[in-house]
Amino acid sequence: MNKKKLLAGPYLLWMVAFTVIPLIMIAVYGFTDRTGAFTWENVTAMIRPEHMKALWLSLKLAFLCTAVCLFLAYPLALILKAKGVKKGSFVVMVFILPMWMNFLLRTYAWLNLLDDGGILCTLLEKLGLARFSIIGTNTAIVLGMVYNFLPFMVLPLYNVISKIDENVINAARDLGANGFQVFRRIILPLSFPGIVSGITMVFVPSMTTFAISDLLGARKIMLIGNIIEQEFSTAANWNLGSGLSLVLMVFILISMAALSHYDKNGEGTSF
Amino acid sequence: MMKQPLINLVDISKQYDGTTVLDQLNLEIFENQFVTLLGPSGCGKTTTLRIIGGFETPDAGRVIFDGKDITQVPPHKRALNTVFQKYALFTHMNIGENIAFGLKIKGKSKSYIQDKIKYALKLVNLEGFEKRMPDSLSGGQQQRIAIARAIVNEPKVLLLDEPLGALDLKLRQDMQYELIRLKNELGITFIYVTHDQEEALTMSDNIVVMNQGYIQQMGTPEKIYNEPENAFVADFIGESNIIGGTMIRDRLVEILGARFACVDEGFGTDCPVDVVIRPEDVDLLKPGEGTLEGVVSHLIFKGVHYEMEVMAGGFEWLVHSTDMFPVGTQVSIHVDPFDIQIMHKPESEDEEAVGVNE
Repeated sequence: MNKKKLLAGPYLLWMVAFTVIPLIMIAVYGFTDRTGAFTWENVTAMIRPEHMKALWLSLKLAFLCTAVCLFLAYPLALILKAKGVKKGSFVVMVFILPMWMNFLLRTYAWLNLLDDGGILCTLLEKLGLARFSIIGTNTAIVLGMVYNFLPFMVLPLYNVISKIDENVINAARDLGANGFQVFRRIILPLSFPGIVSGITMVFVPSMTTFAISDLLGARKIMLIGNIIEQEFSTAANWNLGSGLSLVLMVFILISMAALSHYDKNGEGTSF
Repeated sequence: MMKQPLINLVDISKQYDGTTVLDQLNLEIFENQFVTLLGPSGCGKTTTLRIIGGFETPDAGRVIFDGKDITQVPPHKRALNTVFQKYALFTHMNIGENIAFGLKIKGKSKSYIQDKIKYALKLVNLEGFEKRMPDSLSGGQQQRIAIARAIVNEPKVLLLDEPLGALDLKLRQDMQYELIRLKNELGITFIYVTHDQEEALTMSDNIVVMNQGYIQQMGTPEKIYNEPENAFVADFIGESNIIGGTMIRDRLVEILGARFACVDEGFGTDCPVDVVIRPEDVDLLKPGEGTLEGVVSHLIFKGVHYEMEVMAGGFEWLVHSTDMFPVGTQVSIHVDPFDIQIMHKPESEDEEAVGVNE
């Protein structure tokens, strides 16, 4: 027993050094002002109009990104299962291949694609269509987020859906269910855990991103991530940055808790 | 009076990746029978069941059900239900919802469904399990639920794909009696797939022995056991001594240089044959009193009987007896005429493929 406890040591050390202590530091910064005195101000700063606007926009874009990812990944996972594609096969690898390339590099690539005078723009121009650039728009940011986070939706969905026993599906068909009923009553409820973890893994990073919005938003669009980042960098106001981070964290925790609660309700009450 | 078969498989062929699984299979199944498809793995028995259930489409041939051709009808439109190998319960639904699945799809009324759930649970001896989740049930209980889920739909035929394969011996035996009782209570046709010959002999009205995509023999358990038509059937159903011999004339066969009286006729004279003798039919007598002299080479106590091997005429005879003969004992082998089963030797290569395959 003691030996097993020892095995957790390295991780525990890491956890304390790089997660627990930094979190405490953020909490300390968040609840103090520059002089070190206690204050609520950094936390309540979230309700300032410019912050609320950024938060609302972040929420909207993250939601949109998650929805698009789900819409793209779910049918893909169904097809992979139907075709009997095995885990670890080349096809599955291709879908998660983007994950193996540096995140910023990928985003820069999108910048080249979408930029004014970029590939897309030139192509449209050559075709005689109107010259336009979507860089610096919400669309560009969502495109970048979907591209970067799609594998995180594909993997958990593929995992749960490929694990559904073929005989369970056959049993439903045998009992009279047509294709849609099999999907609605068997595949969808059984894939719910994958949907929940896919949503979590896409929604959270897209809610907090600042690199994608920085590059593809051409610094014109401020998401809550950008605001926090600027407080730490250009504004050098660590206290305000920490305070906003804390609020954002609580906000995300609440949405995740709601989601997992819905999952529990979802299970076993499919009828 | 000719009875119309309930299910008629006509010239069914099926290949997977160029391998022939079923080759022009013809099979008639009549109403209210317990039919078992028996054979080693890869013999085509499960494919046959899946073709009847609609989960596979044959490459050639027709499936006639109740006089109608249903070859192309999808599974959800067939009036039969399946019990799958590993239960295949819906883990996200409780037992009541599992059983109600087919009825809800058909749009039955709530009270009808409730009555049916109660009835089905009572039938499989699991009353009061409505609210339990499948994961909380033992293997045997899950299998009963799978059966209950199928039979509430009142199918004319219940297909069972090695349903007891995952259960331990004791439970398997209990479930065998349970299935016989269910079949009699419901009065429907059971088509049962298994590789377990003992299971097949215990439960079936009719056994279809299959090997390599061909039907080897069809008949009642007694017929299959006592009068196997070829060496494969004899070897697969129970233990047996299969010895090459010559039919000297009607009712006299020569094996291993000794002549035995038998009851078979019509093989002509000096015809090469295979002879099947069940181990329990070999009588061991004092030297000189029987037909063939030998010596006991192995002895194992099996509980109900002793299992012995007797070296006689250059062949190792398997013998089951309640009398014990120690290793090294000189014995004389005697077999009663009606215990000797004579079979034609396979003549062509084609027939060989149908025959023994170890």
